[in-house]
Parts: sequence; structure tokens; C-alpha cells
Amino acid sequence: MSIRPGTEGDIPVAVPRGAELGAPAQTPPSPDKGMFGVKGTGDVSGFGRLARPRPAVSDSPRPYGGYFDDVYDALEEAYPAFSEAIEKVVVDRAELTLHIRPERIMDVCRVMRDDESLRFELCSSVDAVDYLGSDERRFHIAYQLTSMTYRRRVRLEVAVADGVPVPTVTSVYPTADWQEREVYDMFGVVFAGHPNLTRILMPDDWEGHPQRKDYPLGGVPVEYKGAEIPPPDQRRVYQ
Amino acid sequence: MTTPEYASERETTEGRVFTVTGGDWDSVTSSIDPLSNEKIVVNMGPQHPSTHGVLRLVLELEGETVTECRPVVGYLHTGIEKNLEYRTWTQGVTFVTRMDYLSNMSNEAAYCLAVEKLLGITDQITERASTIRVMFMELQRIASHLVWLATTGMELGAISMMLYGFREREYILDIFEETSGLRMNNGYIRPGGLAQDLPESAVKKIRDFLVYLPKKLKEYEAMLSGQVIWQKRTQGVAVLDVTGCLALGVTGPVLRAAGLPWDLRKTMPYAGYETYEFNVPTATTADVWGRYLVRLAEIRESLGIVEQALDRLKPGPIWVADKKIAWPAQLALGVDGLGNSLEHVAKIMGQSMESLIHHFKLVTEGFRVPPGQVYVAVEHPRGELGVHAVSDGGTHPYRVHYREPSFVNLQAIPAMAEGALLADVIAGGASLDPVMGGCDR
Repeated sequence: MSIRPGTEGDIPVAVPRGAELGAPAQTPPSPDKGMFGVKGTGDVSGFGRLARPRPAVSDSPRPYGGYFDDVYDALEEAYPAFSEAIEKVVVDRAELTLHIRPERIMDVCRVMRDDESLRFELCSSVDAVDYLGSDERRFHIAYQLTSMTYRRRVRLEVAVADGVPVPTVTSVYPTADWQEREVYDMFGVVFAGHPNLTRILMPDDWEGHPQRKDYPLGGVPVEYKGAEIPPPDQRRVYQ
Repeated sequence: MTTPEYASERETTEGRVFTVTGGDWDSVTSSIDPLSNEKIVVNMGPQHPSTHGVLRLVLELEGETVTECRPVVGYLHTGIEKNLEYRTWTQGVTFVTRMDYLSNMSNEAAYCLAVEKLLGITDQITERASTIRVMFMELQRIASHLVWLATTGMELGAISMMLYGFREREYILDIFEETSGLRMNNGYIRPGGLAQDLPESAVKKIRDFLVYLPKKLKEYEAMLSGQVIWQKRTQGVAVLDVTGCLALGVTGPVLRAAGLPWDLRKTMPYAGYETYEFNVPTATTADVWGRYLVRLAEIRESLGIVEQALDRLKPGPIWVADKKIAWPAQLALGVDGLGNSLEHVAKIMGQSMESLIHHFKLVTEGFRVPPGQVYVAVEHPRGELGVHAVSDGGTHPYRVHYREPSFVNLQAIPAMAEGALLADVIAGGASLDPVMGGCDR
């Protein structure tokens, strides 16, 4: 079957954009007239295409409250290079996030796991968020650590630019193995020193990293009674 | 040589490759020279009845001993996390409920707790809504453990257990259907409340079930626990101690069977679990047998929680009071399924223009969630289910990541399988209770 522009019988064949990038087929938004003769996005709410600046995440002031101060102080005491490893401390919605410099993440994890007053034995989760358009370092990798001894949770966050490797934490937390592979698969973040950094959820020969914000959702346009309904990411967006 | 209807063979650079679909493997192995072909690589799955879904295990065998095991996952990847970013926060429930298809309610509850924490309305969730959530999460746990008992029984040769397990689970699915209109993929727990109230008929069904199941549980114990074959297939098989569990991130019944009483319902309570009385069953054997005992005991504890929840159930609202978040329509279960209640339709179509506008805005556009990120974890039937939800202040999730216990626990298969017999790979894999829909998302 052809994917070139043109027509097959009476049905127009769409040109899949991004096909050459390995991204799934994507159709440009319908020209001029959409469903019910609407022009443009058809959005009458006033919210369509409204761009809002993303608020900057700022340092939280001390005291952080709860066990957060204990964790902060214990880490400061146990880790000599603390001041240069830590970029920012954020307390939001009763959760503590320590922003760590990428090159220090493995050392910090080791201290977090081994120090007697920290004891974060379990690395619950490793995943990433793509903050495209915020600054150079668009990928934020979040490590959710759990201390079973003290019943505490802390999130470590590492920000990197596209193409910059992050040291793997698999030598400290072997459970991060598959989770780092998933982050690599979905975002293309390379974990230096990982024993087997291959794709895990997508097929081995897939091109592109689907969870990146500049990767389209894909999907195929649906034609219904002559009107074309575009894939979800091409429809109107309320931000 | 092999008979063509069962198997075909071809020569490759890596040796001779057989494709075996069924039948007698003797005919396959008879054509192998035992002296020059000591090592055999068996590709088990992705379509194999004892892999709990589409899981592929690449096993290297020497004789019957597994020397290397490589799990391959991803066959059920459906991009749910990516899809969520293109829907409203409320629509997300429809997607997440389909991840782990044996514990829909737990998936929904974890997601909703995360969204509510982002909104800052955790303490505004009504008591009735929280109680029903707890009750349904526990019923879901029972249903999931029954399926585990059923499938593991089947894989280890107790076929009747499969029939019984699925039969009992059907009672729970009936309760879900009575309440939400659907047996599975309910979409029942919503950010801010519940899709609709629990009907009286469902309460009666739950009461009946609480009387019915304990008798049946005794029968299963009588059938399995004393069974010599069951004991030999499970005791001392696929051992993983606490250190191994923590290193590999294994949580849930597998960790508790190793002796660590780590249950998020007790240690980091959510949805009001701290007000219920229940025990955290543990075992010390760290093998398949221990995991069997822990799951059976957990079913009994869950029955106790359901009973307590039923007893404290009082009439009241099921949605948060904030009209900017609560679903505008009272949904009702009609003869043709779930839909807007007729009263609500009459109001928005005939009486109040403002109600219509409000309904339209909230349903099509959704509510806004203040920017920030949270990580919320619940005790899923298989372990810690964590939701990392990120909002940029819009009406759609910016990013939602599920820390799926099936995905994380499956990493432990090589640790259990290597050095053991091929038959124990089945028992060990089954004891982890992986659900591939959840694993691959």
C-alpha cells in the first residue's frame, strides 16, 4: 500500500509526517474547513493555543518540616562533597525533592543507602520527565527512594541535556536495571556504566524515543461521513 | 527424526533450531547427540500457557538445569503513559484501569490519590467515598489472589483449582458489575470521588460473598496444602531472601513471604487504612510455598477489612464538595449501561443554562491542576504500585509514570531460575504473579 500523496479511488491518502524519522504516521491538521464548516481550530473557549510560562521551581526555605530536615542534615554530614553535589532543595505537597548534579548521583545514592541515619534501602522507582522548552537540561530523572527503617520517602532529581549521559545507579540499586532501560527506551537518556542498556518496551529496531514531548502521539485519522477526525494530538488542546 | 506435524527443524550458524509446538519432545531430543550438544537454548514464550501472559523467557539449559535466564518483556506495550498526556485528568482513569487487568480498582485508586494530592484535596474526599474505595481495593485483592491461585494451580498440575479460582472471582466481578456496570476496566474511582454510589443490591451481594468465600477457602487449603505434589513443587523452590528482594526491588507478597512485614497499608497508610484492623501475614521460608501461604492469609485479612468497611458505611456524598472538581452529572446505571441520570439531563436541557455550561466546560475541558509533582504509592496485590504524576498547571497530565510491581518484580526471575530445574522456572515465575498488561503498560 502506498503512503505517497495522492488519491486512491475517491479517498484522499494522507501524507504521514515524521515517517522518515521513524515516528508513527501523522497527518497534518485539516485545512481551512473542519467538521461542521468550522475554520481554524474551532475552539471558542479562549483557551486554545494559549501559551503560559511554566513557573520556575525555586529553593524552599529552611526549616523544611517533618523528617526532611533530618534527612538533609544527615546527608550533609555523611557526604563530604554535599555542597557541590546538591543544586536545589524543593519541598512541595509534603514531599522532599533533592536536585543532584548528574555526575554525583551514584555517590549520593550510595550514601543514602548505606548511612545509618539515612538507610534508604529500596529504590522504588526511576523514571524521567521531559521538560521540553524549559532550559537546556530538558530531561529530569526522578529517583524515588524509600527508607523502610525510618518509613521515609525522598525524591532525587537529576537534570540533563539531550545526549549527556547520567551515571547508572545499578551498582547501588540493582532494581534500577530495567527502570533505567525504560528511561533510555522512552527518552533516549544514556546511563553510563549500565550493564545492558537496550530497549525494553519498544521493539529493538525502533527509531525515536516515544515519551519525548516532541514525539507525536501518532494514530491514524478517522474518516466519518466525509469529515476527517485527526489523531488525538492534532485535535484542539486546552492547556 | 521428528514428525512434521509437531516440529520442524533447520540448521543455523548457531546450531540446529527446532520449532516445537506440542506433542512428545522425546522425538526432538532423540535426534540430538548428547555428547556434542550439551547446551540447549529454549525460547519459552511469548505465547506459552504458563508464562502468565506474553512473557518470553530465553533459557539456557544443561540437561534440565537452567544456567541462564533472560526475560524479554514489552509485547503488551500500549503506550498508556503517553496517551494520558493527551487526555484530561479524569479521562486518565479509563486508561490506567487497563494497565494491570487483574487489579483495575487498585490502578484507579493509585491514580486518583495522586491527582487528589496534586490538587491538594486529599482530606476533602468524603468518608463514604474512601470507605467504598478501600472495600473495592480489598475485593480486588481477593479477586487477584484467586486468579493467582487458579493459574498457579493449573501450571503446577492442579487443574481443578483453576476452575474453582475463576469461579469464585466471578462473584467479585459480579459485585463490580452491579456497581459500575462493568466486570473489569471499571473506570469507577475518579479524581475527587466515585463514578456513582454503591447500590443496596451490591451491598447484599458483598454480604453474601463474605459468608461464601471462607468456606471455599477451607476447601482449597484441604485440597492443596496437604497435597504431596503441591508441597514438592513449591517447598524450597525459587527462594529469594529479604536482601535479594530489596536489591531487586521486589515488594508485596514475595517480600512478605521472605519475612519482612512491609505492607504500605500499615507502614505508609493511605485512604484511611490506618483506621482498619488487620494483620500483615508473613512467612519465613522465602519460597513458593511461603508465597502461597501469605496470599491465602491475605485473602482472609482482606475479607475482614471488607466487613469492617461495610459496617461503617453510612449514607452521604461520594464527591468532594468543590463543584469545580466534582463531576457535574450524577451517573446512573440504566438498562443500556452507565449514563447521565435522567434528572440531570432534564435539568441541563430544560431548566438551567448555567448548569449546562458548567457541565460542558468540566466534561470537555476538565479541571486545572496546579503545577508540581507527586509520588503516591499503594499496596497493590503484587506489591508497591507507585504513581509519579507531574502537572504543568493544565487540564491534561504533563507526565504520569506507573511504577508497576509486575515490571519491577519480573527482574527477579533470573535470580530464582538460574541453577534450578526447568520445571521450577514455572513455579518461580508464577509465584511472582506477573501481569504483563501491567508490566508493559
